[in-house]
Amino acid sequence: MSTVIERVELEALSERLEHTWKTPKTLYGELSSVDHKKIGKRYLATAFTFLLLGGLQAGAMRAQLARPESRLLSPEMYDQLFSMHGTTMIFWYASPILSGFSNYLVPLMLGARDMAFPRLNAFSYWTFLLSGVFIYSSALAGVMPHGGWFAYVPYTNAQYSPGLNMDFYALALLFLTISTTAGAINFIVTIFKTRCPGMSVSRMPLFMWSTLTTSVAMVFSMPALTAALIFLEFDRRFGTHFYDPIRGGAPMLWQHLFWVFGHPWVYIVILPATGMASMIIPTFCRRPIVGHVYVALATVSTGIFGFGVWAHHMFATGMPALSTTFFSAASMAVSIPSGIQVFAWLATIWAARRHVLATPMLFMLGFICLFVIGGVNGVMTASVPFDWQATDTYFVVAHLHYVLVGINLFPVLAGFYYWLPKMTGRMLNERLGTWNFWVLFVGVNLTFFPMHFVGLRGMPRRVYTYPAGMGWDWLNAVESVGAAVSVVGVLLFLINVFWSRRSGAIAPANPWGAATLEWATSSPPPEYNFTVIPTVRGREPLWERHDALLGVAGEEDFAPADAARAADYVGVYTEYRREGEPDPASLSLPTWRVLDEGKETLESTLLDADPQAVLRMPEDSIWPLILALALTGLFVALLFKAPVWTAIAGVVTLASIGGWLWPTEATFPPPRTAS
Amino acid sequence: MSTAAYDDRPRRNGRGTLPIRLTGSRSPGWWGTVCFCATEAMLFASFIGAYFFLRGSVEAFAAEGGKYVPLTRPLIMTVLLLTSSASAWWGEQGIKKGDSMRLRIGLAVTLLLGVAFLTIQASEYAHRETSWTTSAYDSLFITITGFHGAHVAGGLLMNAYVQLRAWLGHFDAERHEAVSNAVLYWHFVDGVWLFILAALYLSPRLF
Repeated sequence: MSTVIERVELEALSERLEHTWKTPKTLYGELSSVDHKKIGKRYLATAFTFLLLGGLQAGAMRAQLARPESRLLSPEMYDQLFSMHGTTMIFWYASPILSGFSNYLVPLMLGARDMAFPRLNAFSYWTFLLSGVFIYSSALAGVMPHGGWFAYVPYTNAQYSPGLNMDFYALALLFLTISTTAGAINFIVTIFKTRCPGMSVSRMPLFMWSTLTTSVAMVFSMPALTAALIFLEFDRRFGTHFYDPIRGGAPMLWQHLFWVFGHPWVYIVILPATGMASMIIPTFCRRPIVGHVYVALATVSTGIFGFGVWAHHMFATGMPALSTTFFSAASMAVSIPSGIQVFAWLATIWAARRHVLATPMLFMLGFICLFVIGGVNGVMTASVPFDWQATDTYFVVAHLHYVLVGINLFPVLAGFYYWLPKMTGRMLNERLGTWNFWVLFVGVNLTFFPMHFVGLRGMPRRVYTYPAGMGWDWLNAVESVGAAVSVVGVLLFLINVFWSRRSGAIAPANPWGAATLEWATSSPPPEYNFTVIPTVRGREPLWERHDALLGVAGEEDFAPADAARAADYVGVYTEYRREGEPDPASLSLPTWRVLDEGKETLESTLLDADPQAVLRMPEDSIWPLILALALTGLFVALLFKAPVWTAIAGVVTLASIGGWLWPTEATFPPPRTAS
Repeated sequence: MSTAAYDDRPRRNGRGTLPIRLTGSRSPGWWGTVCFCATEAMLFASFIGAYFFLRGSVEAFAAEGGKYVPLTRPLIMTVLLLTSSASAWWGEQGIKKGDSMRLRIGLAVTLLLGVAFLTIQASEYAHRETSWTTSAYDSLFITITGFHGAHVAGGLLMNAYVQLRAWLGHFDAERHEAVSNAVLYWHFVDGVWLFILAALYLSPRLF
């Protein structure tokens, strides 16, 4: 068998691939699709819906707090709202929205045709969606969780919280950890094994580093939450004594387990966003990022530091002085890798070849400002004596919102303005985007900056109202006005998205002139991502012109990733094509770059990304949805303490796993015949 | 579905054959299993961490957690599990050479040893004088050993599933990824037991 296919007709090749990879446009086809791009878009839409729900809850709370002695909401309602707001934003928005971007972008940036485990990917999405539906179904019965997003015992044990509220919380989170863990494992293996040839570890885009760090942190930190929740449910349901100090348990056990998980989680919801910054800022500065290696190292070390700082959430619990000193020092040390990243971005902007102030860049500049504010007030609270003053006041609320809004929401919106054209094939409106940025930036600062002052003036968090004349009145009014302005900002974004769907300019393959592989295919990409598996020779393949696009003398000729869609590609390809170089419509290619004999992508070695094997991809499958539904049944049965139904759902769950894993012709073809 | 005409011949990359990967260490399936074991290991690390945290910081817990626990049953269970790891390994080595019968025997022996482990664990529970609602120590002891028992049961289900597929002739010297992953998971479950043995049964005798 020859190693090179002479004269591949790219037009015919892409037709063959389309036939192999296409998902039928039926309801069944949609429900069983395993296309990472579909799943990524679903993640983004679902997580954004949760953002809107959490935002509505915040809006209700700000309306209540706008003036003293307000009676708009009852105390019980207020408890449920702040608990659901925190839980929704932290668990069902901040991390899943980044998973959405990673889902969509990771295979594209790696030059792969899908994730390493496409069906597991679909399963992650369905369990994410259904666990969210599960926790929100508590609203129908008026028993939403009411113990705050970190649910401290003893407030949340059976004695002080007898209803189903906290059972919804514990079971929904246990359900969600399944989704998160499955997704994290998928990202790790995808980044390890499906990078296109040439993309050695040192050439991975920085977004890969942050996704990888985040995923590893998830794999190692989620189980602490699982353990804490299992103990809580056992205490509530069966009368065990994990958190009962009278029988040898300790409420502090919950706090330790929760924050062992919770602080890595903070980095899980910000690191992919800093990775986005490291992708977007260089594009709009028209130069590679300054200190690529240092940013990668800072990303990884932030993830590692994240495991050593959990007790700074617990300075006021009376821990030994030695512990608080250690955790205080460790928490301050986190500012070193964070600082490296910020200075790398600033240096990139400083040393830019050209400044392009498009909307994504505006959001990134806003993000840097908010990141610095959130970092500085974070360093303040890392100091133990100050923390004793500020803990459980609005100062902490200000800090965590600067972190989460600044370092998560702003990069996410930058990411939407930057990558949505890739996903939908249509540009967003720049003028509306500029308005969107300024309105939101003003709104967010107006909301959260005064919280520093009310916090220092002693206003505790999580109070449903406050008396007049404490010096908090006008500041709270300003905060509520700021919240209203922020709502307008988010609405402007939604208007922009819907406007672009109908009337946005058609997006070319690489509208921003960016450097990485996701821009080397059409907007939106075909189901199979790349007609031929791309190869790269550096960190910025699309900026290396003919090296990346046409190969180098002595190697096989190779095509731009999607030459078949030359119309989209003209801007990148023909511009850089040199005289005498081949016409992309028809090329000679090594067989491993074609992979058109089934759903396949290339498996490569861990460090150097040398081609290693052909990785067979499963067909679309309905099993991920069936398994997710079976798990939903299991958690509902657990919620209602129905042992028979629990057993039935458990058996169905196991049977679904068996059905999923049963070999099909595609995943397990018959033994090869000698040839 | 274009599977019918699938060409399964090895493909070349110019430097040698480029196989269609089905099995082996450092394949995606192997990495996935390793990551799964890592996250499960952290669950047990959290449990055992909780044990030492409570023993170190709560006097009532330390009084009970520091008591000697009878060792006869757990040591027998340890021997059973380690032997079962060996038999699983022996079976896997068999299929690597294409010997499906050796795989089936190895898996069957592993299954029997695993069932014996669970039986002795059940008898250990039956002989306990306290229930898991007596104290935090009992709650934690039963939760840790019970979760481990559930993982053993899960490993046995995997074993039975792979056994079924082995009888259907799914595996040969080149294609046995499911076997390797199930056996890897089984070794992991056995390894966790050693940590549980050290923490819950042996450590009270040391400090």
